[in-house]
Amino acid sequence: MKARVMRASRLRLGQWALLLAVLALWQLASRDAQFVFFLGEPVQVAGRIWSWFLPWGVAPNALFPEGLAGNADIYRHLGTTLLETVLAFGIGTVLGLAAGLWLALAPTASAILDPYLKAANAMPRVILAPIFAMWFGLGIWSKVALAVTLVFFIVFFNVYQGVREVSPVLLANARMLGANQKQLLRTVYLPSATAWVFSSLHTSVGLAFVGAVVGEYLGSARGVGYLIQQAEGTFDVNTVFAGIVVLTFFALLLDGLVGTIERRLMTWQPRQGETEKL
Amino acid sequence: MSVAASDFALELLGIRCTFRGREAGASSSSYTAVADTTLRVRAGEFVSVVGPTGCGKSTLLNIGAGLLAPSAGEVRVFGQPLAGINRRAGYMFQAEALLPWRSALDNVMLGLQYRGVPEREAHAQAQAWLERVGLGAFGDRYPHQLSGGMRKRTALAQTLALDPDIILMDEPFSALDIQTRQLMEDEVLDLWAAKKKAVLFITHDLDEAIAMSDRVVVLSAGPATHPIGEFVIDLPRPRRVAEVRTAPRFVELHTQIWNVLRDEVLKGYQQQLRVAA
Repeated sequence: MKARVMRASRLRLGQWALLLAVLALWQLASRDAQFVFFLGEPVQVAGRIWSWFLPWGVAPNALFPEGLAGNADIYRHLGTTLLETVLAFGIGTVLGLAAGLWLALAPTASAILDPYLKAANAMPRVILAPIFAMWFGLGIWSKVALAVTLVFFIVFFNVYQGVREVSPVLLANARMLGANQKQLLRTVYLPSATAWVFSSLHTSVGLAFVGAVVGEYLGSARGVGYLIQQAEGTFDVNTVFAGIVVLTFFALLLDGLVGTIERRLMTWQPRQGETEKL
Repeated sequence: MSVAASDFALELLGIRCTFRGREAGASSSSYTAVADTTLRVRAGEFVSVVGPTGCGKSTLLNIGAGLLAPSAGEVRVFGQPLAGINRRAGYMFQAEALLPWRSALDNVMLGLQYRGVPEREAHAQAQAWLERVGLGAFGDRYPHQLSGGMRKRTALAQTLALDPDIILMDEPFSALDIQTRQLMEDEVLDLWAAKKKAVLFITHDLDEAIAMSDRVVVLSAGPATHPIGEFVIDLPRPRRVAEVRTAPRFVELHTQIWNVLRDEVLKGYQQQLRVAA
């Protein structure tokens, strides 16, 4: 037990050391003027994040000759991006779950729609962004629509697969125990599909973010994608990197949230190396 | 005829079961699993069906359960022709059939919930059944937290909780080690002796069949499986599975039945080799 904790803390130490080494190397390389134009400078990236999030300015010093402004002005943008992501994630998951359940249990409809679903999935859906911008305007809904198309197919195919692969023995057993069609759906198909949905949610939460940010990048007036697009227009590479860091952090946060909910709901699933607690 | 018919809990009459091949219309690819089979189980009787592997024993059981419609022939349940699922039968499957996302107790409650038994009553009945199979303290465990034998006990409780008049069992203990298996066999015999339900028990283990049954039916090797022998097991009850095996009469019956079964097992084995080649 103690050895395991030791091992875990050593690993954690190694992870931090790797991060610091990469940052130090980057900072060192950024002394080159050519390099800093294209790849920026970690300290300046950190300074940008400070200005975005904190209301306190920093006076001019050795690291920041011009000082740092305490703007705390990212919340409006971040809130927009997160709202789009969460909306798209929720709508896409519910639609995917419903469509997946329906088509898996209705073989005729599924056979008719099959080629169209394959086509829709194969299509690079990011090109829909201009159309959505036309339909839904430049507000959040065009971004939500784009992200929904990304999330929907992931969840849909997983649920479809999950329902089709419910063990026939489980179904036969439930039918022998007297289940009608509705009870089968509630006690066998849905819980079985849920396991598959959760395995797809980790992928789809990332894609919801992609849809929202790409949508903002292609045309919007607010959002982290908009910030990145503005900074790129003025070759402000430090701000672009700062935007990437912020997005990555919040994507990880959402993923962690999904993981927590999954562990809460999926207690019945065996985990590797789990021992019985008596 | 009709008066006598109701003596039987389950009757499979002139059953034939042909599976269509992959390509529609190609008669060569269709496969007849069961042909001209008549099998009757009296109320309260314990009947075992033995036969070589892959001979269509499970097909026969699925037909009795109403999960599979026969190509020809008739199934009667207490004299009534069967249509759809056999509501008076409980089925214990060979494979794992517990819902992995429900605890042992919730699994046992499943059938009661389907029948609309009030939640509190279903809970009490399920708990009583878990105790009867020796798992009273394990109700909150999920199937993956139980051993193979415990899962089988839970499945047994799940099937019996609905108090079916006919119990169908498809090699229920084949995955268990020999000690656990003998314990389970004794438990099933005790439960059966208390309730006297009709049991149709499928197995490939002749010892198990003789030790538990009133009657053993031997099936031929597939395709077109049909019964080729029937033996009344006149060993006294109650029986202990481990002890009855050494009785002289048991050995005698075993030799008789094995003489019939052996050729079929060899035939079935040859066929499997041919299919594999």
